[in-house]
Amino acid sequence: MTFDVKAIPLVANFNQMMAQREGAMVHGIILGIFCLGFGIFLALTELATHNSIADRAMEDRQNSLGQVIPKTIHDNNPVLDTLTLKDDEGEDLLIYRARQNGQVTGVAYEVHGSGYAGRMKFMLGVDAEGKVLGVRALSHKETPGLGDKIETKKGDWILQFVGLSIGNPPLEKWKVKKDGGKFDQFTGATITPRGTINAIRSGLEFFAANRAQLLEVK
Amino acid sequence: MATPSYGRIARDGLWDNNGVIAMLLGMCPTMAMTTSATNGLGMGLATAVVMAASNFMVAASRNYITREVRIPVYILIVAANVTFVDLTMNAWMHELYKVLGLFIPLIVSNCLPLARLESFASKEPVMPALMDGIFMGLGFTLALTLIGAIREITGAGTLFADASLLLGPAFKFMEMRIMPADMGVLMMILPPGGFLVTGFVVVGKRLIDIRTGKGIQMSGAHSV
Repeated sequence: MTFDVKAIPLVANFNQMMAQREGAMVHGIILGIFCLGFGIFLALTELATHNSIADRAMEDRQNSLGQVIPKTIHDNNPVLDTLTLKDDEGEDLLIYRARQNGQVTGVAYEVHGSGYAGRMKFMLGVDAEGKVLGVRALSHKETPGLGDKIETKKGDWILQFVGLSIGNPPLEKWKVKKDGGKFDQFTGATITPRGTINAIRSGLEFFAANRAQLLEVK
Repeated sequence: MATPSYGRIARDGLWDNNGVIAMLLGMCPTMAMTTSATNGLGMGLATAVVMAASNFMVAASRNYITREVRIPVYILIVAANVTFVDLTMNAWMHELYKVLGLFIPLIVSNCLPLARLESFASKEPVMPALMDGIFMGLGFTLALTLIGAIREITGAGTLFADASLLLGPAFKFMEMRIMPADMGVLMMILPPGGFLVTGFVVVGKRLIDIRTGKGIQMSGAHSV
């Protein structure tokens, strides 16, 4: 009678278990090698692109600030000349300052308004007298073709605010015409312009309330 | 399964077995990115690059990847390629990145690259796999551009608007206005338009296949 050791159930199970364990190990090692390889590949890519990406990000921010603060009124880099104040809701607000010969000639900061489809973000530039230097939509979810006319790509509507301030027109006229104010709404969209005007007005009020701190030379 | 000829691979990728209009894979970017022909083209080309590179890498290492860990390895390879494209495009093709940047990470969630790795690249030699990646990617581009063009013309009245941002100032000639903006049907640019147009394009492909007499055997993805 031949005796096969594998016929004993316990031994068979043990052998199978060892084979599986070795197998699992191999898979783990293969996966580990791939992870390591691609990890190194991505680390090298990051290293090679890091500086360029930082440069591009700086250019982007300078360009977007350049749209609300004319290049002619400052000789500094407003992206690096920042100040943090508390806004009306008590949240930190990052202020970019433009200076000419050390004097603050303008500031820019984000303002918010509620539109037809959630919050709209704008960058508002204000000069030392409290007049609007420029305002641009940063992000919004307004309906394409209706509410998105607040973008300069889609229309000139938002350019009409340049040079205006609280007092010109008077505070109670900072509304759309439908609400008895000075500014046109768009065809088919009233909520978007209303939110935009509110955002700009509250931005100007913020400037008036914090004028001393904003213009302080340090 | 014998390795198909390059002609077969090209036909499969571009038309017969097209990722979007025949296999109905990658529906997420198809719906999200076809609001204009230019967006569809850009998303398609970025996906094609990722697919070609991933197919190549998987085919090259197919004998070293065990069955048990192949899916995590494929996901790793696709994700690494997407990250690579994302970083290099941000650094060196920044204008293009501003248009597409938001959508490039979405390529990871597209099941078309993963499907081609599993059904083709993991079984075939390097060159056919590379070709499959390129042609499947181009077929994806074709479908997205077509759907994007239909939605853009019917929704906004333009064709290839902002193409010069994507391809460079030399392509300014591609930007066309087909009809006045206020004649557009806004819904076509909004999400419902994506479903409608994709549906009609899929039906259109089936009809053409039936007319040319291969509709029955080509319907659906062939076995993988």
